[in-house]
Amino acid sequence: MELSGHRVIDAPREQVWEALLDPAVLKACVPGCTEMSGTPEEGFEATVVQKVGPVKATFKGDVRLEDMKRPDSLTLSGEGKGGAAGFAKGGADCRLSEEANGATRLDYDVEAKVGGKLAQLGSRVIDGFAKKMADQFFENFKTQVEGPSEADGGVAAGSPEPAEGESGASKKGGWFGRKRAD
Amino acid sequence: MPKDGGIGTSPKRREDVRFLSGTGRYTDDINLHGQAYAVFVRSDVAHGRLNGIDTEAAADMPGVIRIFTARDFEGCGGVPCGWQITSRDGNVMQEPKHPILAEGKVRHVGDPIAVVVAETLAQARDAAEAVMPDIEDLPAIVDMKAALADDAPKVHDELSSNLCYDWGFVEENREAVDRAIKEAAHVTTLELVNNRMIANPMEPRVAVGDYAAHSDESTLYTTSQNPHVIRLLMGAFVLNIPEHKLRVVAPDVGGGFGTKIFHYAEEAFCTFAAKQLRRPVKWTSTRSEAFMSDAHGRDHVTKIELALDEDNNFTALRTDTHANMGAYLSTFAPSVPTWLHGTLMAGNYKTPLVYVNVKAVFTNTVPVDAYRGAGRPEATYQLERIVDKAARELGVDPIALRRQNFITEFPYQTPVAVQYDTGDYHATMDKLLDIADHAGFEARAEESRKKGKLRGFGISHYIEACGIAPSNLVGQLGARAGLYESATVRVNATGSISVMTGSHSHGQGHETTFAQVIAEMIGIDADQVDIVHGDTARTPMGMGTYGSRSIAVGGSAMVRAAEKVINKAKKIAAHLMEASEGDIELKDGQFTVAGTDKSVAWGDVTLAAYVPHNYPLEEIEPGLEETAFYDPANFTYPSGGYGCEVEVDSETGLVEVVGFAAADDFGNVINPMIVEGQVHGGLAQGIGQALWENCAYDADGQLLSASYMDYAMPRSTDLPMFKVDHSCVTPCTHNPLGVKGCGEAGAIGSPPAVVNAVLDALNRGGIAVDHIDMPLSPARVWAAMQGAGANLGAAQPAARSEDTAGGRSVGTP
Repeated sequence: MELSGHRVIDAPREQVWEALLDPAVLKACVPGCTEMSGTPEEGFEATVVQKVGPVKATFKGDVRLEDMKRPDSLTLSGEGKGGAAGFAKGGADCRLSEEANGATRLDYDVEAKVGGKLAQLGSRVIDGFAKKMADQFFENFKTQVEGPSEADGGVAAGSPEPAEGESGASKKGGWFGRKRAD
Repeated sequence: MPKDGGIGTSPKRREDVRFLSGTGRYTDDINLHGQAYAVFVRSDVAHGRLNGIDTEAAADMPGVIRIFTARDFEGCGGVPCGWQITSRDGNVMQEPKHPILAEGKVRHVGDPIAVVVAETLAQARDAAEAVMPDIEDLPAIVDMKAALADDAPKVHDELSSNLCYDWGFVEENREAVDRAIKEAAHVTTLELVNNRMIANPMEPRVAVGDYAAHSDESTLYTTSQNPHVIRLLMGAFVLNIPEHKLRVVAPDVGGGFGTKIFHYAEEAFCTFAAKQLRRPVKWTSTRSEAFMSDAHGRDHVTKIELALDEDNNFTALRTDTHANMGAYLSTFAPSVPTWLHGTLMAGNYKTPLVYVNVKAVFTNTVPVDAYRGAGRPEATYQLERIVDKAARELGVDPIALRRQNFITEFPYQTPVAVQYDTGDYHATMDKLLDIADHAGFEARAEESRKKGKLRGFGISHYIEACGIAPSNLVGQLGARAGLYESATVRVNATGSISVMTGSHSHGQGHETTFAQVIAEMIGIDADQVDIVHGDTARTPMGMGTYGSRSIAVGGSAMVRAAEKVINKAKKIAAHLMEASEGDIELKDGQFTVAGTDKSVAWGDVTLAAYVPHNYPLEEIEPGLEETAFYDPANFTYPSGGYGCEVEVDSETGLVEVVGFAAADDFGNVINPMIVEGQVHGGLAQGIGQALWENCAYDADGQLLSASYMDYAMPRSTDLPMFKVDHSCVTPCTHNPLGVKGCGEAGAIGSPPAVVNAVLDALNRGGIAVDHIDMPLSPARVWAAMQGAGANLGAAQPAARSEDTAGGRSVGTP
C-alpha cells in the first residue's frame, strides 16, 4: 500500500534534518520500538513489538537512511522479520522544505508491504494499520523535534494537517506552541 | 432377493455410523509409539534466493531431535510429475525439479525450506520459529501474461522461460477453424477467467512415517485418494524404496476433492525422516498451511470464440487459454488444462471444428492441479457462457439455441478425439425444465419485481468425461501411468465376502455402494460384504479415486472379479449337485439346477471351497478368491441440464440463489441417495466458485485469502433446497454396470448456470451486462450494474476485454 501526507514542524530545516538521523529520536517515534541502535551511515538495528489484526509479533530488523540530500530529502527504509508472523517492510520518502514563518514542512510518501502470516491473516486490516503507523511516526517525530509545550489549547494558524483521512486524534495544541510562546 | 439392499436401492451409508459417532480412524488418529513431530519452515516470500539457513539456535532448543534441509535429500529425487505434455512445436514440456525442501531458491509462499523434528509438537513449533533462512527477495511472477514476457524474471532459472508448454488441439484443425471463424455469419467472443480455487477438504493433510528396522520396511500413513500411486511415485522416484519394502495406508480420509491425489513433499519427508531417525515421524497440516501447500485448482484465463452460420448452427469454436501451473508441476497438473479440458470442448454440440490452444505458465504461486472436475468445469464454463452470450447477441432463446445444436445420434465422434457412447440431451433438458418449473418463472419474476429484486434464470447443459481411462490411450497422451482399476473378491469359508478394491473412498460411500453390487450379484445381504480399501498391503495394485472413476472403473473390476468367483462357485455347485455346470443358476444366494428343484446354498458352496472333502480337486483348486484388473474401453460421458434461479438486489448487487435444479444422466445408478448427495456436494462447490470462493494473491505473490476470514466457503444457509433428478438414463455401453460416474458433475455444470442466471436477471432488468467474472460478489455485480464494464469490479486486469490472453485469474477478493 502507499500513502502520502505531510507535517509542518515548528523548527528550522537543519534541526529537522538532524532529528531524522538521530537513533534516539527514531526510537521514540517508531510505534512499538523497544530498541534502536546504530548510525545514519551504517544503518540502525531495531526491535519493534506490534500487533496487526490477529497477529502479534516482535519484529527484528534494520532501518536504513538512503538518498540523503542534506537538508532537502532522504529515504527511510526498514525491514522487520517477525518469525512465524511473517515480515513487514516499508519506506518513506521524506522531503523537507522551508515555510515562510521559519517552520519546516515535511512531506512524505510511504510504501509498506507485509508477507507471510501477516499478509495471510491481516490483509484486510493492513492498510489501516500502515496508515496508523505512519501517522503516529510522523506525529511523534513532530513532537520530538518541537519538544514538549507548556502552552495548552489554542490551535494556531499553520497547525499541522494530519495525514490524509486520519482524524486529528493527535491535535494537541500544546505540543507545538513552545517556540512560539518563547 | 427383496429390493432393499441391491442395485438401485438407497440403504443408509454404513460408514456414516463411525464418521458420525467419532469412531472413524483418520490419519491424525494414528499415533505410534515413540513418535516425533515435524514442523515445516515455509517461505513467506513468493520468490527469493535462499542464501543459507541458520539452524544453529533452533538446534539447541529443547526437544529438538534434528533439523532437515535440502542438503539431507541429496541422492533423493524430486516430487515427480505424472503426465508429460508435448507442445505444438513437438518439444516436450519444460519440467523443472520439484525438490522436497527448497534448493537455492524459494518459489512460492509456503514453499518448504526446512523441517524441525522434535519430541513434541510444541517444541517443534518453537524451534521452527528460530530457524532463520537467509532469503534475498527476487521479483515475484504472479501474472501469467507478464510471466511470458521476454524479460520476465524466471521462476526456474534453468528453464528457458516460464512457459511450461504451448499445446494445440486439434492442431490439424487449426487452419480450418480459423477459416470457418473468418467466414462465419456471426462470431461471439468472450473473455473470461476461471478463478483459482482452494480445495479445503474438512480434514487437512497428515502424514505419519514409520520404519521397521527388523524388516527394513517403511510405512506411510497419509491422507491420500490413491495409496498405490503414492507408493509407486514416492518409492520409485523420490526415496528409492522398492515397493515390497514400502506400505502406504490411507485410512479414513475426510474429503479430497482432488487435492489429495497428488504426491506431496511432506509424505516423502515423514517416510524419509522415520528411517533416518529410527522412530515414527508425524506431520499434521495446520489450516493455514493447507491454504498455501495443498494444490490449488482452476486458474485459467481464456478467450473463446464461437462461430455460427446464418441459421444459428455452430460451425467452429476456438479457444485460447492461459493455465497457471504455479511454481512447480504437481502430479497431474499438465493433464488438467489439456486432455481433461480440450477433449470436452465439443460439449453437447455438433460443432464440427474445434481448436484449443493452452499455454501453461509457471508463476510464483502454489502449484495448481486437479480440483473436483479438473478441466471439465473449465471447458463447461467457457462453452455454456459463450452459448448464452451468443443467444443474447442473436436475440434467440438460449435453450432453443442449445437444443438446435445438440448431438442426437450416438455413438458420436467429436472433433476433439473422444467418442461419446451414449446420451440423450433433449431428455435431460426436458426434465430440467420440468423440475425447475421453468414455465412458472415469469410469475416468480413478477413477484420478485414487486420486492425490488431482479430475478433471473440461467441454464447450463454439460457433458463430462469420467472413468479415466483406457490405459493405452492415456499412454499415448502422455500419462506416465496406466489407469485401470483392480479388485480382489475374497469369499470366506462361511460365505461372507471381503472385497479389496484399488479404489479409495474419502467420503463417496464405497463401503455401501460396492457392497450393494456384490449383494445384488450373489443374492446375499449386503452386510455379509466388507469393502477393504486404502492400504497397499491389503489391496491389489490400483490407481485410486478421482475423475469420478470409482464405480465405472473400480466397480467394473469388482464385477469382473465377482464374475470369476461366481463361475468357480458354479463349478463347485455343479459338483455338489452332480449336475452340468452349464445348468447352474445363482439367484438369491441359492445355486439351482435349471429345470429341477435341486439347490445348494451359497454358504454350502463356499464352505466346500475351503473344506474340500467333496470337491472336484482334479479340475479346480480349492478356495474362492479372485482378482481382476479392469481397463476401461472408453471414458464414460455423464451429461445433464442445470438450472439456476437467482434474485439480485438491485441496490447492492447481492445475489441470492433461490432455486437450483439438476437433471443428470449418470447411466445406471447403484444408490440413488448417495448419488443425490454427491450432486448436492458438487453443486455447493460449483455455486461456491461462482459466487464466493476466490484465491487471491497480491502483486508480490503474497497469498491474501489464507484463512476463512478471507476465503469464503459456501454454507448451507447460502444455498436453496436443490431439486435433483437422475431418472434420465442412457446406460454406459462399455462397462458391465452401465454406470457413468456422478462425483464431479455438480461442480462442473453449476458455475455457468449461476453466472448465466445473474446476467439474465440484470438484462431482464434493463441493465445490459455481457459478463462478470467469478466470483460474483456484490462488489463485482454492483460495479457491473453501474456500467463499470465487465471486470472493473473484479480486480483482474488481465481479463478486460481488450487485454485478455494472459494475466492472472487471481486478484484481491
